[in-house]
Amino acid sequence: MAKMYHKEKSIQIKSSASALYNNLSVLRIAPRCLTYFTVVHANVVNMVSASWDGLNYSHRQLQSKEGNVATSSSLIMQAAWCVLPSRDLLVLTSQKGIQMYESDGSIMVYWHALDTPETPTAQAVFARGIAAVRDKYICVGVSSGSVLVFDVPSKGSNITLSEVLEEHTEPITDMASECSGSMECIADLVSADDSGTLCVWKSGGDFQLLNKIPGFDTSCSSVKLWKGTVIAGYGTGQIRLYEGVTGILHAEVNAHARWIYSLDIAPFTGLLLSAAEDSLVRVWHLTISPETNNVEVRGQKVWIQWLAKVFIPFELFHILSPYHHKFKCIY
Amino acid sequence: MSLRTLPLLVLNMGGEMLYILDQRLRAQHETDDKTQRGGWSEDDRKRVLNDIVRSMFSKAFMEELMKPQGLYSQRALRCVLTRLAHTSIMRLNPASMDRLYDLMMMAFKYQLLLCPRPRDLLLITCNHVDAVRDMVKDSPCLINQINDAQRQILEMYTPLSDGELQFIRQTLLSLFQDVHVRVSIFLKEKIQNPDGRFVLPTSGPVPHGSDVPGLIRWFNSRGREVRRREFPSGGCYCSSLREGSFDVAGDRVTRLGTNMYCTTSSEDTRTSDSSKNTCKTKQQASVHPNPLAKEELNLLAKLMGGMEVWNLASADGGVKVNLFLSEQEEDDGGISSGGDEPAFGVINIQATQDHQVNTELTRIAEELLVQQDQPELPSNKGDDLLAMMDEL
Repeated sequence: MAKMYHKEKSIQIKSSASALYNNLSVLRIAPRCLTYFTVVHANVVNMVSASWDGLNYSHRQLQSKEGNVATSSSLIMQAAWCVLPSRDLLVLTSQKGIQMYESDGSIMVYWHALDTPETPTAQAVFARGIAAVRDKYICVGVSSGSVLVFDVPSKGSNITLSEVLEEHTEPITDMASECSGSMECIADLVSADDSGTLCVWKSGGDFQLLNKIPGFDTSCSSVKLWKGTVIAGYGTGQIRLYEGVTGILHAEVNAHARWIYSLDIAPFTGLLLSAAEDSLVRVWHLTISPETNNVEVRGQKVWIQWLAKVFIPFELFHILSPYHHKFKCIY
Repeated sequence: MSLRTLPLLVLNMGGEMLYILDQRLRAQHETDDKTQRGGWSEDDRKRVLNDIVRSMFSKAFMEELMKPQGLYSQRALRCVLTRLAHTSIMRLNPASMDRLYDLMMMAFKYQLLLCPRPRDLLLITCNHVDAVRDMVKDSPCLINQINDAQRQILEMYTPLSDGELQFIRQTLLSLFQDVHVRVSIFLKEKIQNPDGRFVLPTSGPVPHGSDVPGLIRWFNSRGREVRRREFPSGGCYCSSLREGSFDVAGDRVTRLGTNMYCTTSSEDTRTSDSSKNTCKTKQQASVHPNPLAKEELNLLAKLMGGMEVWNLASADGGVKVNLFLSEQEEDDGGISSGGDEPAFGVINIQATQDHQVNTELTRIAEELLVQQDQPELPSNKGDDLLAMMDEL
């Protein structure tokens, strides 16, 4: 089988990656031939900006800020870029709330505080799971199971919380929007939680629940939505592919020996990456056959050389150039 | 992050501490070095362990641990564990406590990382508790205390979902994120690399509840399997072992959390810092600048009358005993950090049988009583815990 990937130059990050699901976010800025990467380390986000020719790298650190507090010790749960037609925003979620920045991390444009109880209860409060949906929504998950829908104007800081979706009862783990670029897909967003429940939504003034796919008592830590197919990675190391709107299970892959921490998909080629605590990253190729509308899966593995590096399995190789199957290895 | 980390931290790291102290005190006794005054007899060793266990598993202490609270900083955690060690007649100087703490941290970090699934963290905790119970098996009263504490822990953690347990594990991992102290026993067993990172195996049984990787199955719209194909898994995995027991007593199956020092020599507890800068403490302090922990440390310092406790090691009344065998180890001050050639330091636990300890504890207790008459200090996380430990 022809190799589905090749390794490019490695980029060193300033500090270690925290053990969090989906802890690598990537933003390609084509007009400037730059790619930004973020990796969360405790209460700081490490950002690297890399030129496409591989010659220039610039590092910065973004400290978590909450409300009026200049720097916060509150741990960041996730950092992700949200790409909307008119603007890109960097969204950070933490135990205290949700912060949104301009894409280079320079200015905070919005802060949303989570409701935290006066006295600590055993149940921790945090936000986790970030997705940009269609033209103007950014959705963020919360530990209560709620999904917050923010309405984002094309510029400025007049971002508002427009809706709260209450379907999940367990903490949200990850969310993803339809990434194929196809306008024909009905489902826009999928949300996943700690019980493995998957909710499939259609966006709009009021978000509509299209389907609720029950879990099997295993946390779904990472999820993607591609051509209407939900691709879900679980704590057992399994990947499952469901048809979003109907909930039909297409395929089940015993992919990893330990907890899956991240999935990513190249929308034009159907190359899927999965990364897990077993220290392996696997590359899969998904194709949808039009007659049967089924999804094919075949896979290869990428052997991680640095087995001893503690948190590396939680970072994900991201496919940057879908047409050419290239990616960068980051550690 | 998770508000339920403290019991697991203290029980597991406390367990590791007891393993090391037990091994060191036995080694001292077995050398039969009667030339040193105040040598540690078998009874002394048992008394030290019993005292520490009594404090660690006391009802009041456990209740305090189990209250929902944020992750302690390294400094605060080390304070608590040091105080635990000093509820016995033994005194450790700061350098010894440093090395002991390094070993405890790295052992627990290893267990956390290699824990096959988050729920197995409870089994690891049970392994520690089981071993501690065995250490004090001559004392039915302590055994009851331990059993009660273990029941409470299992009641608290067993009902949690895998996702919540993983969240607890992620929180604990963040505490040890940048700690890469090399430990001889780990290097020898090839579970740690020379750069201080642990080796993650790609062979062996998969966690309970997982399947061996290597299979893709396809289903039709009615849910029936229509095709399957295998692919090379890239590792050498086999089916999971049976599940360990989550009862107060039972076979835990996993070896993580059991005493690895049983058959080791003093050579194996050597540590060295793999970081190039002499900044390990700085790293630890900077990762989690938790303002609440700082407040509680200030309060602790006030309660204990500053760091006077440490001076007991050099007081005339106390007897310094070197727990390690060779004179060279006695001279060796500890770890030399910085410099490209890492030097292997040796844990030099200088323990003192302190005959003044009762006087000292009484003095501290009296100070506490006096302070209670003063206007109440603002309550801080850990304040109650530390204050209560002084009463043990």
